[in-house]
Formats: sequence, C-alpha cells, structure tokens
Amino acid sequence: MNDITIHITDRDGTTHRVVAPTDMNMNLMELIRSYELAEEGTIGVCGGMAMCASCQCYIDSDHELPEMSYDEDLMLAEAFHVEANSRLGCQLFITENLEGLKVTLAPAED
Amino acid sequence: MIKTDILIIGAGPTGLFTVFEAGLLKLKCHLIDALPQPGGQCAEIYPKKPIYDIPAFPEILAGDLVDNLMKQIEPFQPGFTLGERAQTIEKLEDNTFIVTTNKGTKHHAPIVAIAGGLGSFEPRKPPITNISVYEDKGVEYIIRDPEIYRNKNVVIAGGGDSALDWSIFLTDIAKSVTLVHRRNEFRGALDSVEKVQELKNEGKIELITPAEVIDIVGDTKVTGVSIKRGADVFNKECDHFIPLFGLAPKLGPIADWGLEIEKNAIKVDNTLDYQTNIPGIYAIGDVNTYPGKLKLILCGFHEATLMCQSAYQRIFPDKRYVMKYTTVGGVEGFDGSKKEAPKAVVKKIE
Repeated sequence: MNDITIHITDRDGTTHRVVAPTDMNMNLMELIRSYELAEEGTIGVCGGMAMCASCQCYIDSDHELPEMSYDEDLMLAEAFHVEANSRLGCQLFITENLEGLKVTLAPAED
Repeated sequence: MIKTDILIIGAGPTGLFTVFEAGLLKLKCHLIDALPQPGGQCAEIYPKKPIYDIPAFPEILAGDLVDNLMKQIEPFQPGFTLGERAQTIEKLEDNTFIVTTNKGTKHHAPIVAIAGGLGSFEPRKPPITNISVYEDKGVEYIIRDPEIYRNKNVVIAGGGDSALDWSIFLTDIAKSVTLVHRRNEFRGALDSVEKVQELKNEGKIELITPAEVIDIVGDTKVTGVSIKRGADVFNKECDHFIPLFGLAPKLGPIADWGLEIEKNAIKVDNTLDYQTNIPGIYAIGDVNTYPGKLKLILCGFHEATLMCQSAYQRIFPDKRYVMKYTTVGGVEGFDGSKKEAPKAVVKKIE
C-alpha cells in the first residue's frame, strides 16, 4: 500500500503537506497528532470515539468521504464552530482515495 | 481536615489502582474527584465501550474495569471527596501538603499523587461573544438550585441527556421552558426524547429546532437570547439561558500549582518515580508527560506502582523495605480482611 499526501491547515492558518501511511489503520486525528500540528490536550481528547469534537476539521477539497456515522453526526450536532463541510478527524481513516485531501482544523474550544 | 498518607487527585483507573499499591505498603489513601462518581473518563464518557489492552483481559467494558478496581481496593478503605475540584495546594514547613477543594474541603497529606487524566470535567461553553459577561447573571452552565428558575422564562440549549432531562424537570418549576437544538434529532435517551415530545404536544415545552442561540440580549443581565433558524434570526425573551453541551476535561487550577507543564501535561521524572518538580508531588497516568509517554491505562498502573514505592521511602526515610509478591504475602486489608494463597497440602509418601 502506498503512502498518500494530505494538506492540513493548522489552527494558526499554516498549511502543512504531510505524508500519511495507508497501512496503519490511522485516522486523520491521529495523523495530525503524529505531526504535532495541534497542541496535545486540544485534539483527540476522547481518544477517537466520536465523543468529543476536539478533532473537528473542515474539508476543503471535493474528495468523496465515507458516510457520516450516527455517532459522528450527533456529536457534530453538539459541537461548536460547525460548518456544512465539518467532519470529525477521528472518523476519517487514511485510505488511498484520500490522496491530495485538503483540510483545515476547526478552532479549539475554550 | 481530612488526613491521609497519599492524597490522590483524580479517581480514574490510575488513581484507583494507586490505592491498591499503597495499601500493600500499609499506606492509606484519599481521593478527590470533580465528578460525582469514581472511574474518571471510563465511568463518565465511555462506560459501555470495550477496552482490549488491559493485560489478561481480552476484552473488558470500561465501566466493569472501574467496578473491578473498586472491588480490588475495597480492603484498603479509601476515602473519597467526590463532586469537588482540587483547587489550591499549600506546602507546610514539615514538607506536607494541604489541598483545598473549590467547596472548601481541606485535605492534609505528606504525599500528593496527581492522577487527574486530562483534567477535571468542566461544562463546555458555547462560543457566544460576551457570554462570560452574563455568567451568573442569567447564564448558568450547571443547574445547582432549580428553585432559582421558579416562575422564570428559561431557554436551554443542547441535544444530550442533560438538556433533555433538565427541560423536562423545569417544566414543573419555570414559567416557560424553551429548548433550542441544532438538529431535529436528539442524542439523549429515548425515554427522555419521547417525554419532551409529549411535553411539546401539551404546550409545556417550546421546541426550536434546527436552530442555534447565537447571541445574548441584556444590559446588565440576561433579558433574552438571539436565535438563528435557517436564514431567520429572532429574539426570544427569557430570564435565564442554560447551555448544556456536556463536559470536557480541563487541566484547571492544577496548572497554577507551580508544576512544570509541557503539552498540557505535568512533566515528571520517568527515570525514577514519576515525581514532579515539587518533591512530594507525583503525577501519574494521562496527566503526566515524559519522553516516550503513552497515555494508556496499563502505563498508568505501572506508574502508580513505582510511585507508591517512592512515596513509602519519602514518608519513612529510615525504614528498609523490599517489594513483596501478593502471591507470597497475600493482601491484608485495613478492614481486617486477609487474602492469601491456600497452603499446599502435602501428603507424606510412606
């Protein structure tokens, strides 16, 4: 399986081009943490169970993404700063069809 | 004043297991936790989720893990201060500590073990401009005394159990109850959702969905909220606005205790005993950081075990002690109970 490239704009507005493995069952939240693009403790707070919204991000490219689960949908219903293109990073697994994906991290909650 | 040997801040799995390891060394523990029940995140956020990496448990529900830990530490009779947040710490001349909670409960111990996970659970505050100005002037994130809403107009926001349950409860007290949620669907328990539907049909709850409170109206106190539904924005008069969006962990007051903080966690000496930069204060479990740190329950158990040995030496610097296997020494509870391996029956060969 090939690595893919993902473009991540952090909370300060800087865009990072990162290489993501497709064979490690990683999700986008974990990828962001692995590159330390958001401060620890402000992302992935629930560990990736779609039970907080600390990994919310906005999808900036028109990739076809996996359908939102009931849990993710309801969590986003209670999240802040939600836009039409909001998704939870922990629910987006790194697969080859996400090559070139562009995302922006939502602001951290106070 | 509550006195103990090891004061543990945080009653999650790591904090609870500390009681066991301390108990083997005859050290008594007392735990403080901001949540009303022990178990930390395991009990509060995901009690029904399975955990697969607890050694010797191929699968265990987080809630069951907490129940098992509570059973395991029962012989050591830990004390609990629940529903209170550790607020301040004072170091006395004899190198012991007094920790006071937000409700004023004082605890005195020679050792403090911070096992606070990601922090104490605090209400999530919606990003509404100037909302802090109205806090306790009509905006409340936690309902402490429902009586203050008697004959008042109340707007609640949120879609989970607490938003639904309080909306139901306040219909008997408040003059009017309005529930605002961004979706038509609610995340709460089905019973609660059905009850809200029933109260809506009876005209006792006004339901405004899919909508969002985007602003607060009022000069010195809340007199209304501004609600956005689709392209419409309208004002709704009210005396109280109660956003109930659940809880999120915050490091909170511990961050101001003079401890060295890195990456929202407390730096500790992982080469020895998980002690912080303040001798006598340890940090174990998810709350600490060191090179190679992994936030796993099993790592927290390991850290708690080593920390207790160090705490013993600190309390009794002149005593010699060597770790004893429970299979050999058994477990002697402070309650007089004793667990030990049955003695082998050896039959003599004639």
